Amino acid sequence: MSRLRPPLNAQDHVQGRHDAPIQLVEYGDYECPFCGRAHLIVKAVRAMADDLVFAFRNFPLSQVHPHALRAAHAAEAAGLQDRFWPMHDLLFENQQFLEDEHLFRYAGLIGCNLDQFAEDIDSDEVAEKVRSDFLSGARSGVNGTPTFFIDGERYEGSWEPEVLLSVLQELRGARELR
Amino acid sequence: MALDAGKQAPDFSLNSTPDQRVSLRDFRGRNVVLAFYPADWSPVCSDQLPIYSELLPEFRKLGAEVLGISVDGVWCHIAFAKSRNLRFPLLSDFEPKGEVARTYDVYRKREGFSERALFVIDREGMIRWSYVSPIGVNPGADGILEALEGLQPGRKP
Repeated sequence: MSRLRPPLNAQDHVQGRHDAPIQLVEYGDYECPFCGRAHLIVKAVRAMADDLVFAFRNFPLSQVHPHALRAAHAAEAAGLQDRFWPMHDLLFENQQFLEDEHLFRYAGLIGCNLDQFAEDIDSDEVAEKVRSDFLSGARSGVNGTPTFFIDGERYEGSWEPEVLLSVLQELRGARELR
Repeated sequence: MALDAGKQAPDFSLNSTPDQRVSLRDFRGRNVVLAFYPADWSPVCSDQLPIYSELLPEFRKLGAEVLGISVDGVWCHIAFAKSRNLRFPLLSDFEPKGEVARTYDVYRKREGFSERALFVIDREGMIRWSYVSPIGVNPGADGILEALEGLQPGRKP
């Protein structure tokens, strides 16, 4: 069974409480159509499972998806201004529009300081964060996108919303019985 | 079933393009990741090989080159590599079909293509790790990275 390495930590972008009882981590690519669908499913599942912490790590397959790496850099650059998640949402909701002009427009829409954003999107810091996410995925056994980890173990099942939700609910049920 | 760690890797010489041949012995002094896969264009292979392509800088830091092998012809390989921007050679185990896969004991006679099998071969041409994945499962790169890290100078085998 492939384990998430490193485990969820302070470098991760998370939604929900860091200490929530159930952890869902996704490795994804902003230009991957399957990840676009998974994005909607994760949103729906999060809305129904409030004891969940969700983290997203970058796994851009830049040779296959020419805009994926730049889009990941845009998300991390927005993250330096505490706007990772609004950018993350805009990228997945506009997967056909990931040219620089779009990325900068999104940064403006969510209230980023654009000079700072322009500097950060090309910075080594941002490039290294994305690369380190990618390498952590490779070490954790990520073999395509999206790949999910539930409580640190690679989840191999379907991520259709009803299945994912019932898996998470069962996990919670098992915890409560303990 | 699949040659094990500790065996000498059988040498081979296969075309990667219509006028280029690649031999295993050309890589003496380097580690080699040999990735047998069933077919260009199949959905799983199309995910597996781009990940190796992304990881080439890490593999090279670990002193390794990557070679993909399938029974497809060179023209098919060229089109596939171009579509996925693959940056390592794809070798054509085409005539006699699957001969190299047979010598590594990873040929599926009934289907006429190879297993999805990984071999890590060291600088002296010795197999140091091998793994056969279920045919429909992409093995990812974690096993390869661990095997290569185990081969670094100063690390015990």
